[in-house]
Amino acid sequence: MRYLDEYRSPLAVAALAAGLHADRHVKLMEVCGGHTHAIYRHGIDTLLPGEIELVHGPGCPVCVIPMGRIDDAVSIAERPEVIFTSFGDMLRVPGGRRRSLLEAKARGADVRIVYSPLDALAIARENADREVVFFGVGFETTAPAVALTLQRARELDVRNFSVFCNHVLVAPALRAILDSPDTEIDGFIGPGHVSTVIGTRPYEFICSEYGRPVVVSGFEPTDILQAVAGLLAQLREGRAEVENEYGRVVRRKGNPAALAALEEVFTVRDDFEWRGLGAIPRSAYRIADAFGAWDAENRFEVPGARIEDPKACRCGDVLRGMAKPYECRVFGTACTPEKPLGTCMVSSEGACAAYYAYRRVA
Amino acid sequence: MRGVLRVPESRVSDDVVTLAHGAGGKASRRLVEELFLPELRNPLLEPLGDSALVSANGTRLALTTDSYVVRPLVFPGGDIGELAVNGTVNDLAVSGATPIALTAGFVIEEGFPLDDLRSLTRSAARAAAAAGVAIAAGDTKVVERGAADGLYITTSGIGLLDPRVRLDAARVVPGDRVLVSGGIAEHGIAVMIARGNLALELDVESDTAPVHRLTAALCALGDDLRWMRDPTRGGLATTLNELAAGARASVVLQEEAIPVRDDVRAACELLGIDPLYVANEGKLVAVVAARAAEAALVALGEGAAIVGEMRADDLPLVLAETPFGGARIVDMLVGDPLPRIC
Repeated sequence: MRYLDEYRSPLAVAALAAGLHADRHVKLMEVCGGHTHAIYRHGIDTLLPGEIELVHGPGCPVCVIPMGRIDDAVSIAERPEVIFTSFGDMLRVPGGRRRSLLEAKARGADVRIVYSPLDALAIARENADREVVFFGVGFETTAPAVALTLQRARELDVRNFSVFCNHVLVAPALRAILDSPDTEIDGFIGPGHVSTVIGTRPYEFICSEYGRPVVVSGFEPTDILQAVAGLLAQLREGRAEVENEYGRVVRRKGNPAALAALEEVFTVRDDFEWRGLGAIPRSAYRIADAFGAWDAENRFEVPGARIEDPKACRCGDVLRGMAKPYECRVFGTACTPEKPLGTCMVSSEGACAAYYAYRRVA
Repeated sequence: MRGVLRVPESRVSDDVVTLAHGAGGKASRRLVEELFLPELRNPLLEPLGDSALVSANGTRLALTTDSYVVRPLVFPGGDIGELAVNGTVNDLAVSGATPIALTAGFVIEEGFPLDDLRSLTRSAARAAAAAGVAIAAGDTKVVERGAADGLYITTSGIGLLDPRVRLDAARVVPGDRVLVSGGIAEHGIAVMIARGNLALELDVESDTAPVHRLTAALCALGDDLRWMRDPTRGGLATTLNELAAGARASVVLQEEAIPVRDDVRAACELLGIDPLYVANEGKLVAVVAARAAEAALVALGEGAAIVGEMRADDLPLVLAETPFGGARIVDMLVGDPLPRIC
């Protein structure tokens, strides 16, 4: 396939992998769950020399949503007047009562999978007598589509539509990881999709304040290997800069139209609780007051309870790169993709799901 | 109590049926093994094959049944009528049987247009004629509006088992080759696109077709033909996991040898779905002795490929070797293949 096979050429991959080496142990974090998935799908980890360790970051949007917010979503979905719409992979995430949206659906809630928030808006227009709610989840990657949908809802004056907003921001999460005491990450493979929106500027603090290099990368095997090579070169040369390996779609300033939509529709929350990472200041969006009529949190009473992560689950350590999934004692036993205990096991982009699917136990 | 590891019991969605139970993956398997099998247990059911093997007056027959609930009822490349015939013909065919006759039960929602019913029935008749089987008995039930989604069809079939073959995963040995008859994932992708909630414009058609001519050609291999399946719900990955479990040997796939049409692969890439988990409705997976692999490839005709081989292993798994020398484990489908967020 054009524009894909070129980046998966076995010759190019072998040549890149052969050139990778470090003279000490190097720990690199791939921030994005899409990278984690690609690394295991293509077996890229098996191509790296032993001294280069990849650890997995917090960039799987499904994985970072705390259980209390899932309970809130389920409680909205269970209201008889509501059609609750969501991207597919949120449906299996268990809440604090261990009830997922999928289970709420099986018990009669009207939960529908959509592929775009605009589809949810279309459902609202076709069902004027129902309340249609979209479960807004994701980093700045998916947030612009929601912003656009809310602009459209206002333009068309659709009053039976709202968004339950859980959009999170990538830079504050990286800062939280860098600030946590025991992290020893030498460099970051910067996320690809989210950078198409926000550009590479938001990562510059990682270099200037923390002295760590960042290479923004695409998702194909040659992309990831090139990013690793770039990070090793910076470390060797004692540099800490933001480099852009994914230049075919990522610009330094990002996507101005998308950023303008985010600016208009959302406001940054004072703080937001992340699964496993705890409350992080200014790390998530809420819907701006000008769009308050479309904010599900204004429209519906939700329990809003803070639910402790299950004690046995080490999602937090996994999300900070402090533990490998198999070091968690419920990994593969009480927690499997079929019956996840922790969110990292739910989405195929979660580190635990990737380890489980591709059976990495060492 | 110190030193005792208390693993919390995971009970999510165990007290009601969820859609995952119907998706053909792990949950479906568990539903069958943990609920239906214990309740219904008998020697004919126990092997849990695509068909039950029944002997009557010295004649060996295959018996099978399947229900069709596809939405939409008409999709690019086929419709529920054709699918209901081909699916059951295929369950018989991969059991090594020549289909003889089918029955068809129609569950119809009140208000369903007669013209549509006629055209779908006509389509079933055409498919039956093409497969050389008669729809010999039928039943209709009408349910209230809202109690069914338009039309469901259940077909059952009997077939005459070919005496030349003994198909059993337990007869598969290390070194045997794994073949597929053509490009995978076409039915599932065609139906997903036809549901209309993906704004994708692709001319992918369902591969719905009877495979009984292919299976008949393979039966000429006699004992060298070990095992056959049609990889429907859960896709090739799930079918091969069942093979690995039954054969107590690993399936080692060469990922780049698995035929996937370019446009199907593109759709899968866009949706974040692995084509190995997408349903097929007219494809065949077969395991044959290594020495018969070339003959089997010829018998399957254009589009077929040798995609892997069986390997002795303490822990039977399905492995896909990537073109870069890496390998990954291909697990059974968990839940429905849902597109990822980003």
